Amino acid sequence: MRKVIIIGTGPAGYTAAIYTARAGLKPLVLTGERMGGWLTTTTEVENFPGFPEGVEGPELMERMLKQAEKFGAEVKIGSVTAVDLSSRPFKVTTDEGEEEAETLIVATGSSARRLGVPGEDEFWGKGLSVCATCDAAFFRDREVAVVGGGDSAMEEATFLARFVKSVKVLTRKSEGELRASKPMLERAQADEKIGFVYNVDVQEVLGEKVVTGVKIKNNKTNEESEMSLEGLFLAIGHIPNTKMFEGKLELAKGYIVTEGDSTATKVSGVFSCGDVMDWKFRQAITAAGTGCMAALEAQRFLESSEA
Amino acid sequence: MTYVFTAQNFEKEVLKSKRLVLVDFWAPWCGPCKMMGPVIDELVEEMGDKVKIGKLNVDEGAAVASQFGIMSIPTMILFHDGAAVGQVSGVQTKANLAGMIKKAVKA
Repeated sequence: MRKVIIIGTGPAGYTAAIYTARAGLKPLVLTGERMGGWLTTTTEVENFPGFPEGVEGPELMERMLKQAEKFGAEVKIGSVTAVDLSSRPFKVTTDEGEEEAETLIVATGSSARRLGVPGEDEFWGKGLSVCATCDAAFFRDREVAVVGGGDSAMEEATFLARFVKSVKVLTRKSEGELRASKPMLERAQADEKIGFVYNVDVQEVLGEKVVTGVKIKNNKTNEESEMSLEGLFLAIGHIPNTKMFEGKLELAKGYIVTEGDSTATKVSGVFSCGDVMDWKFRQAITAAGTGCMAALEAQRFLESSEA
Repeated sequence: MTYVFTAQNFEKEVLKSKRLVLVDFWAPWCGPCKMMGPVIDELVEEMGDKVKIGKLNVDEGAAVASQFGIMSIPTMILFHDGAAVGQVSGVQTKANLAGMIKKAVKA
């Protein structure tokens, strides 16, 4: 049996791993499907303290991994398929078997929200992408669109514009109502290759073997139309990865609820940190901050329950 | 060992291989592809006897990537007798990939 199992390897999970490992608790860290988390899909991170020249997202995560391993964290590749929190020790089922722990730190983060429209699954990876930094190069001189109106949509559009012929930003909102922050929006608007299409809902992804367009509907006039495209990138936000905790931990809008200024969940001995419990800030540094809190609280919990 | 496939050896090592071959299409500038690195290495350790597993850098093997219609990375394609018998895009769990391989071994 383990003292601590940490699920997730974004900034929250790795920070919790560094702290618990350094405290001699020999945490088991389960990576989940996306080892290193969201930061591995970003390019330069300019606002993480301590890196005045910026740092590449994947490099930052690799450094965190090394730091956790240096103190004795055991990082295991694999996904958690089920958890049993009904009694302690908690049971965690992975691809490869079952593990038990006295405390659990849930740092499962979030996944890209999907459209949930026909054609989405069929053309996944065939012109439909959620990662502009990965796939922009395959769309050189092509016509593509980004769905979304937030900062990540602006970032995707701006990045894509370096490669493609044109980018249309498809947003449900009206002009002047986009969620994107001013500097991100202005950067995208200043780019000649980027155009904005307002008040549209994407209804279907069209294609044969690969994406050839989208069916859209104007949500003010209800007018439907088709738009020819060679690539479609989704940036419509994130949803917390909490499916396996439904009915086991208290959730609000899908996020894990923690108590007041603590990372403790309603189940004694289960702590949560990072984007899976933070609907508000969702930054690498806040995730690391709550990861540290969860580690210290788990450590105190172990000390008090041993006493 | 994890094989390195290139535009030059692709036909010989993959298409004309007598064994099942799993090809991981990746690039150094792709973060999620890097996440797949350790997964692929573990898969080689566990299933290297059943299937030949290797990586193709799409920067260097652009012609191969376009031949197989790669539009997103990471993409993993399982080849049998020169034909694609399985294909998945995006970060995959080891269990997913192992399942795809096991299915093809049985077929």
